[in-house]
Amino acid sequence: MRRLHVFRTLLALALISAVAVPAFAGPFEDAVAQFSEGSFADSEEAVGKLAVTANPMAFTIISALQDGRLYADSDAKKVYLKSTDGKVTDAVTGAAVGDLPDSASKLRLNNKLRRAVDAALGSLTLLSPDAAKRVQAAQAVFKSRDVAALPIIDGALKKETNPAAKKAFAEARAAILLFSPDAAESDKLDAIATIRAKGDQEALALLSGLPGNQPASVTRVAASAVTSIQNNLALWSAVQNAWYGLSLGSVLLLAAIGLAITFGVMGVINMAHGEMVMIGAYVTFVVQDVIRTRYPGLFDYSLLFAVPLAFVIAGTIGVLIERTIIRFLYGRPLETLLATWGLSLVLQQAVRTIFGPNNREVGNPSWMSGAFEIGQISITNNRLWILCFTLAVFAILLAMLRYTSLGLEMRAVTQNRRMAASMGIATSRVDALTFGLGSGIAGIAGVALSQIDNVSPNLGQSYIIDSFMVVVFGGVGNLWGTLVGAFTLGIANKFLEPVAGAVLGKIAILVLIILFIQKRPRGLFALKGRAVEA
Amino acid sequence: MTPHVLTRSLDRGATIFLAVVATLGILIPLSNLLLPAGSAFQVPTYLVALFGKYVCYAILALSIDLIWGYCGILSLGHGAFFALGGYAMGMYLMRQIGSRGVYANPILPDFMVFLNWPKLPWYWYGFDSFWFAALMVLLVPGLLAFVFGWFAFRSRVTGVYLSIITQAMTYALLLGFFRNDFGFGGNNGLTDFKDILGFNIQSDGTRAALFMASCLALIVGFLICRAVVTSKLGKVLIAIRDAESRTRFLGYLVESYKLFVFTLSACMAGVAGALYVPQVGIINPSEFAPGNSIEAVIWVAVGGRGTLVGAALGAVVVNYAKTFFTSGVLAPYWLFMLGALFILVTLLLPKGIIGTFHAWWGVRNQRRLTANAESAVREDGVAEPSMAE
Amino acid sequence: MNVMDTRATSAMLYLDGVHVSFDGFHAINNLSLTLAPGEMRAIIGPNGAGKTTMMDIITGKTKPDEGDVLFDGVTDLTRLDETRIAELGIGRKFQKPTVFESQTIEDNLLLALNVDHRVRGTLFWRESKSEMERIERVLETIRLKDARNRLAGSLSHGQKQWLEIGMLLAQDPKLLLVDEPVAGMTDVETHQTAELLKEINRDKTVMVVEHDMTFVRELGVKVTCLHEGSVLAEGTIDQVSSNDRVIEVYLGR
Repeated sequence: MRRLHVFRTLLALALISAVAVPAFAGPFEDAVAQFSEGSFADSEEAVGKLAVTANPMAFTIISALQDGRLYADSDAKKVYLKSTDGKVTDAVTGAAVGDLPDSASKLRLNNKLRRAVDAALGSLTLLSPDAAKRVQAAQAVFKSRDVAALPIIDGALKKETNPAAKKAFAEARAAILLFSPDAAESDKLDAIATIRAKGDQEALALLSGLPGNQPASVTRVAASAVTSIQNNLALWSAVQNAWYGLSLGSVLLLAAIGLAITFGVMGVINMAHGEMVMIGAYVTFVVQDVIRTRYPGLFDYSLLFAVPLAFVIAGTIGVLIERTIIRFLYGRPLETLLATWGLSLVLQQAVRTIFGPNNREVGNPSWMSGAFEIGQISITNNRLWILCFTLAVFAILLAMLRYTSLGLEMRAVTQNRRMAASMGIATSRVDALTFGLGSGIAGIAGVALSQIDNVSPNLGQSYIIDSFMVVVFGGVGNLWGTLVGAFTLGIANKFLEPVAGAVLGKIAILVLIILFIQKRPRGLFALKGRAVEA
Repeated sequence: MTPHVLTRSLDRGATIFLAVVATLGILIPLSNLLLPAGSAFQVPTYLVALFGKYVCYAILALSIDLIWGYCGILSLGHGAFFALGGYAMGMYLMRQIGSRGVYANPILPDFMVFLNWPKLPWYWYGFDSFWFAALMVLLVPGLLAFVFGWFAFRSRVTGVYLSIITQAMTYALLLGFFRNDFGFGGNNGLTDFKDILGFNIQSDGTRAALFMASCLALIVGFLICRAVVTSKLGKVLIAIRDAESRTRFLGYLVESYKLFVFTLSACMAGVAGALYVPQVGIINPSEFAPGNSIEAVIWVAVGGRGTLVGAALGAVVVNYAKTFFTSGVLAPYWLFMLGALFILVTLLLPKGIIGTFHAWWGVRNQRRLTANAESAVREDGVAEPSMAE
Repeated sequence: MNVMDTRATSAMLYLDGVHVSFDGFHAINNLSLTLAPGEMRAIIGPNGAGKTTMMDIITGKTKPDEGDVLFDGVTDLTRLDETRIAELGIGRKFQKPTVFESQTIEDNLLLALNVDHRVRGTLFWRESKSEMERIERVLETIRLKDARNRLAGSLSHGQKQWLEIGMLLAQDPKLLLVDEPVAGMTDVETHQTAELLKEINRDKTVMVVEHDMTFVRELGVKVTCLHEGSVLAEGTIDQVSSNDRVIEVYLGR
């Protein structure tokens, strides 16, 4: 924070020195007055002069001209500026004027003038007090490589203190020089170095589009820069894929983790697991709906309410399911599979009946929206939050398994059910709680997934097969296996996608998993020994 | 097939079943064709097609019962074999359209013209011949099942693991067939069929013939299944279902038994699909949806697994209920009912209709009935008997 | 016949330096054991001594990390799967009686017969007189002749044990591995089982795992005591049961 503050102060000082031009009679006033002549040629000349005055009002006046808010009274030699909210001021003095005199007429533009206005505004934004705008303008110049902008860029570059803007200016300058036929060879070589350092798609396009009539050294250096940028970009695209993969992996992990617990402890495949996720997402919807209508100020905190609520609701439903259906089917895993599938149909239809078949809107809180960039990749905040959230859930769960008595009992039952029962562990209670826990986590997953997916009654179905693949791939009875499985599948999927396309990539993953099960029928991190057979 | 296999396979229940199917297979088409429309005994054509659909489902159910009821393999991807058989038939029917399509291309089906395909892809060659297509109806599902099963059974993937990867298999095919560049019509699938073996596919006579063919296929399929399950091989299958590891220690190569019965079952499912397509007039990727396969499993559970007759019965009963409820005011509640059916049957009626009926009817033919029906409720091969000290 | 054959090649079963570990737990630790043709051997030892795991290794269910397992002097069992090993002539009775409960006793024996086990063979199988006679003989031996059409699941625990031994007989193996055959049997049944095993031993090699010391004594054969995955003591029942270490870890004072 403090550093930012200092930076702002510096910026302010810099701006004052940059724009502290006397506002008395001088080039600015003359230039503005010239508008009152009313002809296109005069206006154009005025725009040109105005642009180089670097007066803070210049930008306002020229953009007013562009928008048709500049009026001239050729008899009184006055120029009036109408602001966007309708107030009228004298363009030269800035004094307020009550109403536009009848003799004043709107200044019109023709195409030539319009181009001059655009160029002037472009170069003026290069000097804009807002650093972000300066960067934008410099980037525009980088693309247009307009030689005319060179003097302004040179001037601005000397005074510039903002590092981002300075870099942008330098790059824009390099682009102009590189394409300018009369730039010195050494300048061009420097320019290539600058552009090479930029290293993105634009830089690549610029260098690849270099005209042929260059000195040999320039061509050679440019070619090597192209290769280097290409390598760099390939690396970044790999990083980007890895990020997408991590993001997908976190979603898979979140969806699969509850399943891994129920399957690991009870050997029960819960086909209605996806519906627990769906219920979590609908809990988020309801929470947001209530907040929106009653306490709109709390919207940013909606997920904080939704997470525990989804856990409790989905968990309670899970315990109910276990007590009323699943406990009668132990030792008959295939029939459990069928019964829970039936249950998933019922839950889906119930939600469809209550909330309708269409997608319901769930919003991102402000702290989850937006994106930022690292190097050449862009990271959206909601995906990042979900990754962090998933890891947090995973860590909490792991800690719970390790340090609580329920966790101990669950691990005991996973490894040897009969032994655990004979040691006095109430396996049926453990089963019910495990199922509740697994379902509750699915509910939490639903809250997170509601942030990136459509909330509809079919939400769960799209995750169920993927979740099973994760559990089967990772190995049953081992949460680390689920973690590794989820991220491996997520990353593999995203690396295959650009090569094979989304659908074929998915098919390839499924085939690979089927082949993988050949080698390790019990997954990556399978329990070994005789207990497994029991 | 040697005669002793046949005689052994026909007990009283099987004979009654065959008699009923044969009677319906003859009476329904005759009533449709010979009696005047509007007569109280005349079966309207739309019903013939509907019943034909049920019969195809019954064959599919039979194929599932063969592997699930007798060998403990719960396939959640049998809809894939059904759909592949259907696509093979659909490709034949597409080629029969010839230049009567919208684009009037004599070789290319409409969707290929629409997608600017220059020529027929190689895997469409030969499908203008009915016999080639009929061969493919058996071969394609059979080959997929063989390859898939070879991998799965050899590495001893059993129980829920197997169920899940079969589901993944049909899911992968679903995704694939949705793609236009697979060359099977994308999400529209294959439709607008004109004729089959030169007969108009819409005509009453063709529909009646297709119904008869379906009944015949059901009879043949049933006989094959009975022959298998009443042979010593059937005993080995039940042994594998109940105690796979024990069976290995007796010197049986469990993988090859599973592979045999899985492939046979897939071929049957393919035939069911092939007969289904001309009767409903369309085949599209939604047939691969995992939900379809698992729904077919519940038909078997409702009827009673490990009974064969029950599987066929369950398919008809559940589908009749589906037709009845989804067409009326109760339509929004059908999924509730179907879901409840899954839950209630597994909880309260684990033996299914036929199994429960047998148990209730008594123990007259105890030896065979119990061997086939009761035990079907036992472990599914996941929980191997423990060999711990 | 060369009398000077080395022990390894003349033995029916030869285990040497076998190691198995599950996730770091050494279930079998440098185990060496030899069974001569026609021998009957009793294996005793506390729970977790590796008795069942040893049988798993011999029958191909578990692959050893290292060591040799030779059958009939020549066949390396570590390279084969359960099916091949069973076909070679090694039969196994499980600790918990494992019969095909939903099938009749006769069918259980029929399945165990060492005839064509290939798919085609079973699909086109027909009842043959010789097979029926063999089943008949086994039924007599295990005293279940009257129950032949009952479901195996309806048998008592002791009867299931006998049925499983009967299945071993039908399998007609060279080597029988019998895991706790008399668990849950009455004294009379135990005695009968001992007699039965002795009878079987007339022409077959037998390895019996049992905790019941009266039964082991009645068998009157060489005893091996396993402990923590290796041989603790070997000899006659009297020698072994007076061994201090055996008393300490297994029999108790």
